[in-house]
This record gives sequence, C-alpha cells and structure tokens, in this order.
Amino acid sequence: MTVEPALLAKETAAPRPKPGRTGRLGRDAGIIFGAAVLLLMTLIGICAPLLGTKNPSEINPAFRNRVPGIEQTIRNDDGNTTTFKYRMGTDSLGRDVYSRVVYGARVSLLIGIAVAVISIAIGLFIGLIAGYLRWVDAIVMRLMDGLMAIPAILLAIALVSLFRAGLLSVIIAIIIPEIPRVVRLVRSIVLSVREEPYVEAAIMAGTRTPLLLVRHILPNTIPALIVQGTFICANAILIEAILSFLGIGIPPETPTWGNIMAEGRGLFRIYPHNIFFPGLCLALTVLAVNVLGDGLRDRLDPKLARRM
Amino acid sequence: MAGYILRRLAATLPVMLIVALFVFLMLRLTPGDPAAIIAGDNANAEQIALIRNRLGLDEPIITQFFIWLMNILRGDFGESFFFKKTVAELIASRIEPTLALSIATITIAVCIAVPLGVLAAYKQGTIIDKIVMGFSVLGFSVPVFVIGYSLIYLFAIKLNWVPVQGYQRIGDGFGGFLQRLILPSITLAVIYIALIARMTRTSVLDVMGEDYIRTARAKGQVEYKVLFRHALKNAAVPIVTVIGLGVALLIGGVVVTESVFTIPGLGRLTVDAVLARDYPTIQAVILLFSLVYVLINLLIDIAYTLFDPRIRY
Repeated sequence: MTVEPALLAKETAAPRPKPGRTGRLGRDAGIIFGAAVLLLMTLIGICAPLLGTKNPSEINPAFRNRVPGIEQTIRNDDGNTTTFKYRMGTDSLGRDVYSRVVYGARVSLLIGIAVAVISIAIGLFIGLIAGYLRWVDAIVMRLMDGLMAIPAILLAIALVSLFRAGLLSVIIAIIIPEIPRVVRLVRSIVLSVREEPYVEAAIMAGTRTPLLLVRHILPNTIPALIVQGTFICANAILIEAILSFLGIGIPPETPTWGNIMAEGRGLFRIYPHNIFFPGLCLALTVLAVNVLGDGLRDRLDPKLARRM
Repeated sequence: MAGYILRRLAATLPVMLIVALFVFLMLRLTPGDPAAIIAGDNANAEQIALIRNRLGLDEPIITQFFIWLMNILRGDFGESFFFKKTVAELIASRIEPTLALSIATITIAVCIAVPLGVLAAYKQGTIIDKIVMGFSVLGFSVPVFVIGYSLIYLFAIKLNWVPVQGYQRIGDGFGGFLQRLILPSITLAVIYIALIARMTRTSVLDVMGEDYIRTARAKGQVEYKVLFRHALKNAAVPIVTVIGLGVALLIGGVVVTESVFTIPGLGRLTVDAVLARDYPTIQAVILLFSLVYVLINLLIDIAYTLFDPRIRY
C-alpha cells in the first residue's frame, strides 16, 4: 500500500475522466477491507507457530476423524497431564486441522505473490519488447495467442503432469498461462504510449531504445500491472488449491488448503469440517485480493476497467 | 461477409497450429525418453526400441511433428496406455456427460445472470446493485469445489432432495439424468453468472445514456421494454463476447466439478490421465478443449455481423 501516493500523483498529473458513480469512501472501503484481510492472513501465516498450533504433519492414529472442539488429554512421563484442544477437529490421519489450516496460509500466500511477481516480470519484459519492436511483435503475439487458446487451468494441469510434484513445479505451471495476459496488457499500453509527443521527443533527443523503454514507457504500465498483479495473485491461489484438491499439486503431506480439502473428500459426508474450514479461508483470502484489485483499479485508472 | 468469415477462419489456423506445437513439444520436453515414458516402467529395451520406431522418434523433430499432426487430423490420437483403448474411443465415450453439464450450465447462467445484470444497471447505485455486484465478486472468489461441496451438504445430505453424486446417461431416463445434473450445473454456473452479470451491468449502463433510450422513454414505452428491447439488444455484443471468453473458465470448472460430483466426463478423464501420466490422452484432451474454445469464439465473432447490423467487415 506504500506505493499508492506516488501513483496517485501520477494519476492527477495526467487528466483523466473522473470515476464518478460510487463515492470515494465506497471505493476505499474495498481497498481497506482487502488489505486488512490480506495483512491478517499474512500475519497468521508468519506467526503460525505462535498461534497454539502443533506440528501440522504430525499424525495421531489414535485420534482420527474427530469433530471440531474436541480435547485430548495426554499423560506425560512425569505424571502431569496436558490437554490439547483440536479447534477444527482432526483429519483421517489424526492431524490437527486447525494447525494445517494456519500453516496452509503460508503456501497459498507464497504462491499467490510469487506467481504475481514473476509472471508480471516476465510478461513486462516480453510485452515491452513486443510492443516496441514490430518484427518481434508478430512472432511473439502469435505464440501468445496460441497459449491463450488453451484454457488456463487445463494448461496448468497439463504442465504439472510434466514435472515432479512440488512447490516450484506448481508455481511454474501457474505462471506460464498467466504470462500471455500480462504481455497483451503491457503491449497494448506500449502501443498507445509510443505515439505520445514526449516519447517522440525522447527519440529525437537520441535516447537509446533500452533507456527509452525503461524510463519513458515502463512507468506508464505500472498502475495497470499493480491491478493485474492482484488479479493474478487471486487466480494463482485458486489454481493452486484446485491442483492440490485434484491430487496433482503440492505433495499431500504439505499442509495447503487444497490438500486439506483433498484429504477430507473421502469422508465428506460424515466429517464436512475438513472441507469447510480450509474452504472458508481460501474463499476469504481470494475475495480479499479480488476486492483489493477492484478497489485499486477504480482508484488508479478508471480506463482500466475497460481494458481488463 | 463471406470474405470476412474466410479471413477469420484462416486466422484461426495458425493459432491452432501453435496450440498443436505446444502440445507436441510438451511430451518432447519431458525429461527422459518419450518412448520410455510411453512404454511404462515394466518395458524392456526391445519394447522401447519398437515404440520409438513406431512413433518415428528416429526422425528429425520437425518431421515427427508433422507425422503426429497428420495422424491427429485423421482422428488418430494414438492409444491410451492406461485405459487400454484408443484415445479417440475413450474421448467419444466421455463426451456426453461433459456436453450435458456444459449446456445446462450455460443455460442456467445466462437465464440468471442477464436479468440480474440488467436489474443492477437499472437500479444503479442502490442497495440492489450493490448486492448483485457483491455477489459477483463473491462468485469469482469462492472455489468451484467449495461451492460444490456446500451444495451437496445442503441439498443432498441435509435435505435429501437429490442424489449426492454420480451421473445417469440421458438414455437411461430423463428424470434421473436431470436430477443428477442439477447440482453440478448450478455449482459450475456460479462463476459464470458472476462474469456475465458484471458484463451485462456495464454494457447496459453504457447504452442507457444513448438517444434511442430517451426516445423510447419519450414515446411512453414501458420501462421493462426499454430495458430488454432497447437497451439489452444494443448491449448484446460485449455480453455475448464475455460468454464466449468465459468458456475457458467453464472448461476449467468442468474439470473440477466432474471430480467433485464423480461425473465420468472429459474433465474427470483429464485428471485421471494426468494422475496416470497418460500423455496421449492428455494431449488429445487439451487439443480438443482448446479447439472447442477457439471455435466457439470464432462463431461468436461471426455471429456479431448477424446480431448487429452496425458491424460491417
């Protein structure tokens, strides 16, 4: 959120039609809500060991499939007893669902942020070049059209089948379908900006192409990319959960929201808590990111609403 | 007009060629020998050599691509080494559930989303508008399988109105077919409704300021006719476009929904194929889904010229 004042300054520098319709407070409410939930989830992820959790992968064969809120009293070697409360019950291996959900926040957020940052970096690089150099444009855009013709989740599913299952392969499999969308967005901005007088002036002044791209064209893409980044982040969190849920994502012993739900599928009729708690966290996080993205879009550039 | 259709068709060819190239390279880029992958873990060197020879893997890669492409154009997708059938047979046996699910979903989504979007645009800025838009953001955010399991829990387990999971072929009785199709279709429709309602609202709002709307109102046209006959008709192009683009979401959703509801369709086949590393089947399914996606959008582009006489190519 620290980038906002600078972006806002840019916004006022270039006169654009006022967003109108919804009031200022209404728009900012979305940004505040989204950012607050996201911050909360990040804190939960970082502070996971401090939140009354136990080892999320520790199995407890004697205490499988228990309902939320159940307590287990263990007599230690020294004769004292300790009680552990399973706030969200246990799964079919006796693992604490609460701990797994809390630790699951780490994986989801990590994937969301990693995918957003990397796919935007790669897409920005390709998009800048494609938008500026015509001969590259023809080839690159045909390739991107081809990639976009494959539905994103399907492409991700196919890509994970190629690698060994793991965090990195899941991240790569989600990044590749996102890249063409970033490239298209960046390219469309470059195409409109390159006709601006200040760009022509820079060319006349003898600015070399790499410098021209970085100093004069790249800054124009930033507001759109921040907005696009939030949507990619939301999408990535969803796709990771889908892949893990289908059993083709991150290895099942790693606590991720998708894995917890995949594990809970078999006994869903009797123990629905294994699906509802992680599902709720997942939905809330994705909702927060989406609302944040909508808010930022209205705030940063009303024209973006059409482009995306 | 005919020239335009031909040009659009011609533009689709390179896209599909690139999709085919990606799908082809996917198998070639896997670490290891594709012949060994296809042969599986229990094959000996001779069997691997035989497969390599049969697939033409000794040829240069470009030749291999065209051999593979020619086979596919003849409908020969190879043999699934997991299901022990030809991939073409396998796909044919799985099409019906997916087609039924998709058609039901699109029907439900359009019937709900378009009136919702028009209502939100008409009541712009009011609480109704905010509820519809809030629902739309929610629809984008809740994963398909969470919606699916919530609906199963409520309607199948608690209320016992419909069977929990499964699929019944349409030939085995229409009632049971519909009964088992209703929950998965609603599940899958949610995200689609969110998408279409949003686009409907935006594009109806866009045309509401036009002169012909004022004219319609001035001549005393009743409001719902102004909305549905004058506004919606002119707002149709972006709405239909987004329905076409949404097919990509639909295909992704089909894969998940079929797994949740254990429907033996193409989506379930995709997941099974990936779990079994059944590459010929994965390739065929991706090609097929992409082709459908591209063709639907091509048809929609062409349909504009029929819907909207203002568009001339």
